[in-house]
Amino acid sequence: MFRNLLRLFRYRGLILSLVARELKARYRGSVLGFLWSFINPLLLLSIYTFVFTVVLPNPNPIMQPYALFMFCGILPWNWFASSLMESSGALVSGGNLIKKVLFPAEILPLVNVFANMVHFFLGLVILVAFIIGYRHWPDPSGLLWFPVVVLVQLVFTCALALFFSALTVHFRDIRDLLSNLLTFWFFATPIIYVWNDPNVIKYHRLFNLNPFTHLAVTYQEILFFPGDVGHAKWLVALGGFSIALFLAAYWFFDRLRDSFAEAV
Amino acid sequence: MTPVIELVNVSKIYRRYSGKQFSTLKSALLQRSILRDLRPSEVLPALNQLSFSVPKGSTYGVIGRNGSGKSTALKLVAGITKPTSGTVRVDGRISALIELGAGFHPEISGRENVYINGIMLGLTRREVRQRFDDIVDFAELREFIDAPVKTYSSGMYMRLGFAVAIHVDPDVLLIDEVLAVGDEGFTHKCLDKFAEFKRRGKTILLVTHSLGLVERFCDEALWIDAGQAREHGDPRRVIDAYLTAVEKGEETLLATTTAKAVAAAEAPSTDAETRTAEPATAESGETGLQDMFKAIEGRWGSREVEITSVLLLDRSGQASFVFHSGDPVTVRLKVSSARPTDDFVFGVSLFNADGVCCYGTNTYLEEMTLERLEGDAEVTFAIDSLDLVEGTYKLDVAVHKRDGYPYDYHRLLYTFRVKSRTHDIGIYRPHHRWAFSGGIRFRDET
Repeated sequence: MFRNLLRLFRYRGLILSLVARELKARYRGSVLGFLWSFINPLLLLSIYTFVFTVVLPNPNPIMQPYALFMFCGILPWNWFASSLMESSGALVSGGNLIKKVLFPAEILPLVNVFANMVHFFLGLVILVAFIIGYRHWPDPSGLLWFPVVVLVQLVFTCALALFFSALTVHFRDIRDLLSNLLTFWFFATPIIYVWNDPNVIKYHRLFNLNPFTHLAVTYQEILFFPGDVGHAKWLVALGGFSIALFLAAYWFFDRLRDSFAEAV
Repeated sequence: MTPVIELVNVSKIYRRYSGKQFSTLKSALLQRSILRDLRPSEVLPALNQLSFSVPKGSTYGVIGRNGSGKSTALKLVAGITKPTSGTVRVDGRISALIELGAGFHPEISGRENVYINGIMLGLTRREVRQRFDDIVDFAELREFIDAPVKTYSSGMYMRLGFAVAIHVDPDVLLIDEVLAVGDEGFTHKCLDKFAEFKRRGKTILLVTHSLGLVERFCDEALWIDAGQAREHGDPRRVIDAYLTAVEKGEETLLATTTAKAVAAAEAPSTDAETRTAEPATAESGETGLQDMFKAIEGRWGSREVEITSVLLLDRSGQASFVFHSGDPVTVRLKVSSARPTDDFVFGVSLFNADGVCCYGTNTYLEEMTLERLEGDAEVTFAIDSLDLVEGTYKLDVAVHKRDGYPYDYHRLLYTFRVKSRTHDIGIYRPHHRWAFSGGIRFRDET
């Protein structure tokens, strides 16, 4: 298993090319091309902002400006959710490759995660534009945590991507199951509402079980709320958990590896 | 010499899961039967204790029928699948031409696909850059290289895939029936490339149905049948053994075809028999006459004289269904007559697969005066030399009255095959000889 992990490192050139290909191929043929990477989150953001400031206004003053607050959570969530949705089908749709070319299959789901990470980074550009527009400056010291939270999310997402992609080969229903799970998961995470809301505090114990809570809250503390990143210790714990989860998922993937060429 | 590829007692078992059980996770969980359902319901041995080794620098051909396990063996060597038991050992860099352009993405350009495909096959980015021009020139796609691959024709697609794979510069090249790509010119280019590989001492493992290619290119051949090695060694010998077995297989196939046709013809003939008792006998005879020149399988007639058995015999008097062009063939009919009769004609004709009558004759046309038929008899129609080109043929046999009223007509019920080493065309192959004089000379290869 560890030898395979090392081999994965040797294939980084291929991962890189495939990520580039994924990004190029996605918008090939569309008029706006790469601009969609910016337009998609903007449109999503505008509808959420409309609903939660005009239709169902949320009076909690710490969440103002609301659009910016929500953007801090929704951007990493999109990375997470699209990575899982795409990677769960990666082995099945890349079946031709697995059957005919000798190369480590785990590359396929990982490429989806990385490609979506690039989208995430492009989204950050818009976020920065919003921050400048609202003149709502984050704490500079907290920004040091930003690479950490991105890394933790990367490891966590990769782990789940490996797990679900391997499982989808044998159980095609995973994809439908997953899309529902993700909707549920989205609302169970403090993204459109705030972690410190009195109604939420009652259920903190439950929320703590949701790994993405800690990612979302950390992002908000880094980018939105003034003051320290109080959630950092949770983040470190989640980091450890993610590494363990990644190893477990990789082990699982490795065990199923030989069945892929026959089952896809 | 040390073997570069070595398979020792390799078995590969494919498991088949009955569809319902494995299709949904939910039902598996609900019924708490997930562990039981994960067990295969059926096993399918693709390879069974296969061992062979390919010495360094040799070209090794693998032949066998469809589904015999050739491609599975190749995939094991390539490392794409793992053997269920046994060991597979390969030294050096492998390039597998199993499916060309397998990793191409239709939306992006040929150029980018070449890079990604090359890296996928084990090159570094720099190596691809160095070989890029060679690859594009080999594929003859210079002017289209920046167009998206989805706009390529299938031939262009294959050519590009082939060009990338061949430029990986492997120590071991695995080829699975991919030479059928491209036009004549490109095929020649591929063969030249293989020859170059051979000269440079690389090892080639070739899986193909093209026996000519094996005979021409390979140093050694292996014939796999039902997952086991049937024969290996000198290509010529292996191919001959294989062809003999194929003929035998065809023989059984044709035997069942014939048996089926006869059985099918038998079924409606029971109606015909009941009809003969009615006054409509003459009418059924007429329809029979109308059908005479239509190539529809069947059997009809009044059965006052019956053909009870039809056999095709080869040179040694054995019943056979496969003959070589130019062989002697004997058609032997057993007939039996319920009542003595003096009005009877025996006829035989041959049809090819298109339903064209190649030859037809009967005893009346040949002005034989047959006097009397009584009880059981045997009729033999001997052809000294079956001068037909390769193909599948059908045989008509009949016994009828001089005016055409059928006693027993067997239309196209007997199928046989003519084989030939020459791929000449048409129907009839006259006995012939070529002669040249003057400034023409052919190399005498015999």
